[in-house]
This record gives sequence, structure tokens and C-alpha cells, in this order.
Amino acid sequence: MATANIQVSETPLVLYALRRADDALILGHRLSEWCGHAPMLEEDMALSNIALDLIGQARELYTFAARTEGKDNDEDKLAYLRDVRQYRNVLLVEQPNGDFAQTMVRQLFYSAFADLYWRAMVNSGDTTLAAIAARSEKESAYHLRHASEWIIRLGDGTDESHARAQNAIEHLWAFTGEMFAVDDGERALIHAGIAIDPGTLRGRWLTTLSEIIGEATLQLPQNDWMQQGGRSGRHSEHLGHLLSELQSMQRTFPGLAW
Amino acid sequence: MATPNTPLWEVFIRSRNGLAHKHVGSLHASDATMALQAARDIYTRRGEGLSIWVVPSTAITASDPAEKGMMFEPAESKIYRHPTFYEVPDEVGHM
Amino acid sequence: MYTQALNTAETDDRGLEDVAKAAQFQARIDAEERIEPNDWMPAAYRKTLTRQISQHAHSEIVGMLPEGNWITRAPTLRRKAALLAKVQDECGHGLYLYAAAETLGASREELVDAMLAGKAKYSSIFNYPTLTWADIGTIGWLVDGAAIMNQIPLCRCSYGPYARAMIRVCKEESFHQRQGYEIMVTLCRGSDEQKAMAQDALNRWWWPVLMMFGPPDAASQHSDASTKWKIKRFSNDELRQKFVDATVPQAQYLGLTIPDPGMTQDADGHWRYSEIDWTEFKQVLAGNGPCNRDRMAARRKAHGEGAWVREAAAAYAAKRARRQTAQAAE
Repeated sequence: MATANIQVSETPLVLYALRRADDALILGHRLSEWCGHAPMLEEDMALSNIALDLIGQARELYTFAARTEGKDNDEDKLAYLRDVRQYRNVLLVEQPNGDFAQTMVRQLFYSAFADLYWRAMVNSGDTTLAAIAARSEKESAYHLRHASEWIIRLGDGTDESHARAQNAIEHLWAFTGEMFAVDDGERALIHAGIAIDPGTLRGRWLTTLSEIIGEATLQLPQNDWMQQGGRSGRHSEHLGHLLSELQSMQRTFPGLAW
Repeated sequence: MATPNTPLWEVFIRSRNGLAHKHVGSLHASDATMALQAARDIYTRRGEGLSIWVVPSTAITASDPAEKGMMFEPAESKIYRHPTFYEVPDEVGHM
Repeated sequence: MYTQALNTAETDDRGLEDVAKAAQFQARIDAEERIEPNDWMPAAYRKTLTRQISQHAHSEIVGMLPEGNWITRAPTLRRKAALLAKVQDECGHGLYLYAAAETLGASREELVDAMLAGKAKYSSIFNYPTLTWADIGTIGWLVDGAAIMNQIPLCRCSYGPYARAMIRVCKEESFHQRQGYEIMVTLCRGSDEQKAMAQDALNRWWWPVLMMFGPPDAASQHSDASTKWKIKRFSNDELRQKFVDATVPQAQYLGLTIPDPGMTQDADGHWRYSEIDWTEFKQVLAGNGPCNRDRMAARRKAHGEGAWVREAAAAYAAKRARRQTAQAAE
């Protein structure tokens, strides 16, 4: 039956692209949930712009994954017809929006990574990935700027905003380790010059973060226990609900054009 | 304590190099950095700009429309400032 | 968009104002001059415009909610991006309009507070629910179509900032109606189920969309001043007729039936529609539409939950200003 999940032949390169595509889609989806509900109209505009950038990145990466796989999957099948266990995003991006501080801390953690990541990927040996990186690095650089300015204001704003921001940092910190993890398949791609080793970015990521968090008069947790699982489809409970919404049309009306 | 109203900013955008910044609208932001970001997100979504200025609306000093006569009408009679005031024989060509 | 239903001009207060100034003002309007913020204007003109522009802004902002209801459920990634961009545009339009209203001396905070307190109106159309994906197509096609009919003449409105905001809005909005119609075309070329979904959406939205243009001319008491001031250039019924005439062939192309069995085409080619249920319109405006309470609750929640963020930004700005002053003093 057409509502069934598609099967994806997850060769290392397909899986690699899917993981980045899922990161972008799920985070874009989360940010799109703010549209119409942000703390001020100016921020509705900003969050929607970021969401649109991320959804755009996801589409390119899904299309690349589908083409690399070489079956009859496409961006929509990959987005709408994989179940929660087939999704490959990091746990960080699926965490609920929470309050504005939680959304902004999630943005800061992710974009500080994505900024470095896409800048490095511009030199990928795969020309499509390099082209996607060339566009994404500019977008991510702005996302980082946007999140940083907010974190500084929330941290150094009122007692309440400071407490909320610190609370969000504590809450989300354990989800950051996964961004730097690498498995054997990825190691081979790194060796081949197609992917970059995210582990090499962690030092600079931490430096960027420390500067911003410091300016915001906030603190990074000492705890270094990190949650893992998203990359292999072991998610938090939140993702299933997100997908049931995201995929509801394709699941209810299988196989139709919209 | 009541939160003060978020300040209003006027936004000016240079759409292409070689053109002057032009007023495009306004927005609310707590400070200049946020105003600049918001201007980018609101007024350049369709690739309208290469450069943005934001100016606090309160920093603008405007002429009084009631003084329009005194301010601007005296210029209207100085027609000798315009090239068409002067006659150059056709034979001379474009000048 | 969507102000037509709400136009109610203040009665002329010329007797209270400087008669000569008022006459001069009207002469400028008659000469098609634009009025700018610092120009002298009758208090009633200012009040009428403040109300109309702010209601227009509220409509844009509340209007994000029914369509926003489908951003997370859009059926393809392409549709998702387009819908998000469209709803975001509406936010931008609300923002331009608040700014235009502010040039008349009100602050955005005051205007928003009036809306949240239920003292300011917004277009009745957004108090109807979006139940299926076809509603998103229908809103783009009909609601934006109706809005464009209304907004194009507003680009020539006598008040400069309003006219300029409208020019920008109309330019950006040109994709909205096409986006909606494309959804409808896709549905109508799709399965029986999809076509039925499209017809159902048209059935539910048709009459509320006709109501967007406001009460019939015979019953509309306040248009005179707005017309005289060139805020309004066409009557409610004129715009409504124009809209119906433009829409009928579009529905025919889709193979959809307009839910008005009594509709006929007259000798001049105009489509004559049946009587509109104005009782429903009045009830929806009075707060009794299917979604009025939900819409207001959503806006109040966003505003309330955003308060600490706005306070933080203000507090930081104050600190930064103090630090800069201290630095300059050193």
C-alpha cells in the first residue's frame, strides 16, 4: 500500500545527505511553528526567513540524496514517507520550541555548528555538496548572527530572561555532542574528501559559543554527558508527533499530487 | 515598571551600487543592531538591497509643511538656474 | 488588505476646525495631491485613516492564523515553502500598515492593545476555519483575489504613507493569488476526492468572501466622507461586482460550481449573485463567528508570552546606552 514507508538504500553518501537534510527540515519545521506566534512581528519575519532557508537546504539535500540513491525516491518521498525510525537528524533540532529562549539557544548551538560546517564543506570533493555548502554557509552565518544577538539580549536583559536563557542552555546542552559524532561510513567519506570531519570543528564551535555566552553573562554547563541516537533513528518522543503533523496529508491521501 | 514602547526606526536601502539609499519604510527594534537585522529580514526578502541604513525616527528633523511657501517657493522664480533659460543657436548643436 | 468591510468614516467636523484650512485641504484632495504626515488635516480625516489603516494591519496579522494553521501540514516541501513565504508576507504587510498608521500619531503598541482588548475590528473573513488543504488554495484564490480588488484603488489613496504601503503590498502580493489558484488547479486535475475537497472549500468560502467587501451600498452610511477624501474610490457593491465577474470564469475553468444556484449573467455580461446573508456578517463582526475567540486567544497568547522577550530587549538596550555614555565620559 502506498501509505507504507519507502525503503531507502542508505549507502554512506545517501545516508550522509539524508542526515543533513533531516537536520535542516526538522529545524526549519520547528521554526515555522513560530510563524504568527512570535514575541514581535519583526521576529515573525526573521524566524520565517530562517525556516525558509533551512527548508530550502533540506530540499536540495533530499534531491541530492535521491539522485545519489538512483531509485524513484524524490524530495517529497524522503520527507513525507519515512517513519520516525528512518529519520536521521540530530536530537537537538527536534526538541520543541519551548519558550523563545529555548528556541534561540537551540538556534545558537545549531547555527554555530552549521556556520563552521558549511564553510568547510565548500571544499567538498563532491561538486553538488560543495554548491549546496556555498549557499548554505551564507545563510548559516546570518542565522548565527541572529541567534547570537538574541542570546546576548536575553542573557544580559532582565533577571527573568537571564534565567530562562540559562535554563535553556542547561536543557539543550546534552544534545550538542551528536553534531560532532562520526560513524564508519562517514569516516570513509571524510577520507575520500567528500565530507569533512565535524570533530575538527568542535574547538572553534566552543570558542564561538563561549564568546557569545560570556558576553551574555551566561554560562556553559560543565556536564559533558551527551545524548546520542538521532543519527541512527533513535529519537526523542517529540519527533513522532512532529512527523505525524508534517506527514499527515501524504499519509491520509497516499500517492496524490498536490 | 511598564516596558517602554519599542523605538521606531526609518529604513533606507541602496538597491544597486551607484544608486543612493532610498527610504523604504520603518520598523520597531530595541536597538540599532536589532533594527539593522530586522530591516534585512523585512525589507530585503526579494533581493531588494545591497546596503541598509537604519536611523532612529526621532533623529529626523523635518521641515514644516506650513512653511512650504517660505521654504520652497523662492526657488521657483530662479528660472535662470535652468539650462533651458538660455538660448543657443541651433547651428551650434547640443550644448 | 481586507478593510473594505470596516470602512466607517468619522462625520465631518469642519465646523470645529479652521474653515479656511479645511477648504484648502479639500482643494488639495480634489487636485489629487497626496497628504503627508506633517500636513494639516482635519481631525476626522486623521481619525478615519488611523482606524482604517490599523484595522487593515490587524487583519493582516490575524490573517496569518488561518493559513498558518496549515504551514506544518503542507503536503509537499514546495507548497510548504510557498505557504510559509506567503504567511510571512502577510506579517510584513501588517508591519508596513502599522508603520503607516503610526505616521498619524498613534503608536503600534496602542493600536495592538486596542485590537487585543477587542476594541478594534479586523476583517470578518479570518473568523472562518481552515479545515482542509483546499482551504489554503481557496483563500489564496478568493480571499487574496478580493483583497487585491480592494487594495489596488488604495494605491491611489489620498494619504501618502497608506498609498505607498499599498503599492508595496500589491507588488508583493501578486504571487499570493496565483499560488492559491495553482493549488486549486492541481486539486481539480487530481482525484475525485481532491476535486470534492476543492468544491467543498469553495462552498464554504464563497459567501464569506463576498461579505469581505462590506455592507451593500444602500446600507452603508459612512462612505461619503471617505469618498470625498479619496480614501475610498469605489463603492462596496462596485468592487464586489468586479470581483464576481472576474471570479466566475476562473471557477468555470476549474470545473467548480459557485454555490449560488440563482446566479445569472445579465445582458452586459455581469454575473448577478443572489442575496447575501447579512445577518451572518453582522454576527461574525460582532464576535460570533466560528473562530473569533480562537483568533483573539492566539494573538493574546503570542503577545503575552512575548512580553518578557520585549522587556529583555528594552532592558539590554538601556544598559548598552548607559555603558556607551559611561565610556564616552571616560
